[in-house]
Amino acid sequence: MKYEVVIGLETHVELSTKSKIFCACGGHSEANEPNDCVCPACCGMPGMLPVTNRHAVELAVQAGIMLNCKINQYATFDKKSYYYPDLPCAYQITQWFHPICTEGYVDVPTKSGTSRIGIKQIHMEEDAGKLVHDDWADVTYVDFNRTSVPLIEIVSKPDFRSAEEVLNYLDKLKSMLRFGGISECEEGAMRCDVNISIRPEGTEELGVRSEIKNMSSLASIERAIKYEVARHTDALERHTETLVQETRRWDDMKNRTFAMRNKETAADYRYFPDPNLMPVVVDDAWLAEIKNSMHATIEEKTAEFTGMGLSAQDIASLVSERKLCDIFDAVVASGRKPTDTAAWILTDCAGILRRGGKVIGELDIAPEALSYIIGMVDEGKINRGVGKKVLSAVIEKGVSPEQYIKEQALDAKVDESLILETVRNVLTENTKAVADYLGGKEKALQSLFGGCMKVLRGKGDPAVIRELLVKEIEKLR
Amino acid sequence: MDYFVTEIDRAGTVAVDDTILVKGYETKAGSHILDGFVPLFSSDAVERLLKAGCTLRGKTHTGEFGLDLVGETSYHGVCKKADGTLSSAAAEAVAAGEVKQALCVDVNGAPRRGAALSGVDFLKPTYGTVSRYGIIPTACSGEQVGVCASDAEGVKEILSVIAGHDGKDGTSLPAEKYEYSADKDIAGMKIALVKELYDASEDAVKAAMDAYSAKLRKAGAAVEEISLPDVKAYATAWQIMLSAETCNNISRYDGVKFGYRTPTYKDIDELYVNSRTEGMGFTAKMNVLYGSDVLSKNRYMSCYDKSLRIRRLASEKMKEVFAGFDAVLCPAMSGASVAEYDLAETFEKTAKELLFTTVPNLTGIPAMVTCGVQLWAAAFGESTLLSIAGAMERSAN
Ligand SMILES: [Zn+2]
Repeated sequence: MKYEVVIGLETHVELSTKSKIFCACGGHSEANEPNDCVCPACCGMPGMLPVTNRHAVELAVQAGIMLNCKINQYATFDKKSYYYPDLPCAYQITQWFHPICTEGYVDVPTKSGTSRIGIKQIHMEEDAGKLVHDDWADVTYVDFNRTSVPLIEIVSKPDFRSAEEVLNYLDKLKSMLRFGGISECEEGAMRCDVNISIRPEGTEELGVRSEIKNMSSLASIERAIKYEVARHTDALERHTETLVQETRRWDDMKNRTFAMRNKETAADYRYFPDPNLMPVVVDDAWLAEIKNSMHATIEEKTAEFTGMGLSAQDIASLVSERKLCDIFDAVVASGRKPTDTAAWILTDCAGILRRGGKVIGELDIAPEALSYIIGMVDEGKINRGVGKKVLSAVIEKGVSPEQYIKEQALDAKVDESLILETVRNVLTENTKAVADYLGGKEKALQSLFGGCMKVLRGKGDPAVIRELLVKEIEKLR
Repeated sequence: MDYFVTEIDRAGTVAVDDTILVKGYETKAGSHILDGFVPLFSSDAVERLLKAGCTLRGKTHTGEFGLDLVGETSYHGVCKKADGTLSSAAAEAVAAGEVKQALCVDVNGAPRRGAALSGVDFLKPTYGTVSRYGIIPTACSGEQVGVCASDAEGVKEILSVIAGHDGKDGTSLPAEKYEYSADKDIAGMKIALVKELYDASEDAVKAAMDAYSAKLRKAGAAVEEISLPDVKAYATAWQIMLSAETCNNISRYDGVKFGYRTPTYKDIDELYVNSRTEGMGFTAKMNVLYGSDVLSKNRYMSCYDKSLRIRRLASEKMKEVFAGFDAVLCPAMSGASVAEYDLAETFEKTAKELLFTTVPNLTGIPAMVTCGVQLWAAAFGESTLLSIAGAMERSAN
């Protein structure tokens, strides 16, 4: 018999807020040491009360808008009770009764076109802490840096029919949320619970479901799905086991899933509305404000850049990283030409970063600084080579371009007589290259030109230097 | 009599109960499980007192998490009146002139009962007017810091200091400041006497109620009997919410982070179970059991959710009452004194007394105990309560 696989996903994503969801602590990314980013509230000390971070609500609403959801203008925060040492209050604040967004969808590209995946709901919640086990001393430590970091959980409908759809959906979510400034989606910061069952093709009724908890790597998700499909098929076809609805854990080393102990999964979470948090009421005015503050989508940006005459390849590179678009937009807004700006970012900046072992996504430059350098070159105050040198210093040392140019006297006008003198000196000192050139090796001119540039320390208009060089060397024929 | 579990300043004039945090002073809320817990910050109410120049005398005994009649379940021991009957340490300290005022958290009426038993005043203000930041939480949806003093003027003085918006409490109401008065004219006021609560009280209490009604009439107020037919259901609803919220709030005392930790455990489960078993008293455990049950999957709709709906009905009912009356008059508790008893009965005994004290906790309206009786007013009606109490106290002198 042929079987159809049915998968639903619960995806946890960390929101890019400056502070935690119910206290003023900075995000855990600022922490160097365990328990660096904690306060009495996120440590569960009695007497502290939670206060909702409005920005977290705004980001969750924006995620809902991106996923075509209905935004619930009345949402509640509810308490979910369970004991675990990384949960300081013994309850987690989540949205159980009235989530912020419901009923959405997202179109996912597949080999055969697109699949529409339904979104059941998006709810907000706080993250738990982390346990660190010291095997040597046999002690477990608790780190509350992550506690109360804002998360959204995106719950899909059971609309996936293949691992391919799952992976493409996660890819799409990741690029959408990153680009929209909703989440950094850093490695491991996007975690999934995968609900999976199979049924004979053509039937409607859902089969017995396994839930694989806490998956973060795409490769593991794919392998886990393959493993579960095979296990379920064996159970139905060859009666290798009786399937039960259960929670399972993926073991990457053993390449298989294991049923989790019943005790870990049969909990009654005793949900009830948190009396300390007023319901979240997103009124029309606030909703309009949230919509207005949304960043353009990848599709919108692509159309805009195409209109500016950028190449498809440059556009793809720019929209791969929200930060690059933002730098590009700001530089263009300051009056620089779009195609030029794209070249400066994607060729020059990228080259400098590559030399330092970094990728273009790590570019960290003030748009004003880049715009200033491009302007100096455009106005002929420095040549492009010097411009690149300044750019390196700005990117690598964080200097101000204006100050750097002044300190190094890079914009000093070079006297034509100085260039002429330099050219003559270089010609006298490099008799072999001169002879080569005169003997027909055109390439030798480049090394002589380089010699002049070196002496002049990059100053002087390259066109003038080249012109004088040719004139002088021809005199030697 | 030793009223204080912690001394702060012998020259201080205000006491706070042991569920209210004062930075640097051990706070146990009457429970062994909070052994050694020293808060890193003070409650908003305490901060306001200190800013206004008040000095703190010390922290008074409180029952474990404030869940008993008047404080008899305190890990520090009971507080007895001169005649051997029970009362609250805060009310007794005020009655004895040890302090001018005392702040107490009112979540199940215990400070109101204490005031009635010791013959002093206690006012629980409107929910959201005094910040709950920095109090050991039990039932967050109905608890509120109130003021105990020997007369209405004394209550007014401190209430004016501690009330006002606090951004650290998400349920704090927006008004920055509240102006209270204790000398509004009470002639012409209409006061409702709750039949069901009057009937449920003992003869001594009925006599006190009768005397108070007579005095009110003499001062020109009208006293009329009304019926709150569902008042028993209100009390049950609050018992359900009180236990559920308390159970949830005190789950954080698990021996892992602070407070008492058992010396004997093999693994994390035993650490939890033994710490809590050894650290919590009988009444706290009863609330945990009861609270877990009413929140469980199978009981949530028929217990907790139903209580939320009863709360709404109670609020509507009280709005209706206050459309026709300035205040409500009723007993603060069933009897006029409490003798020592077996603490295994605390949960049931306290549940019974909730009949008299629930409505203000459940619906957030203000309540005041004065001259051994209880008055309620509509939300923000503190001045009405203070004026009635003040007029009656002045006429008694
Ligand atoms: Zn914090």
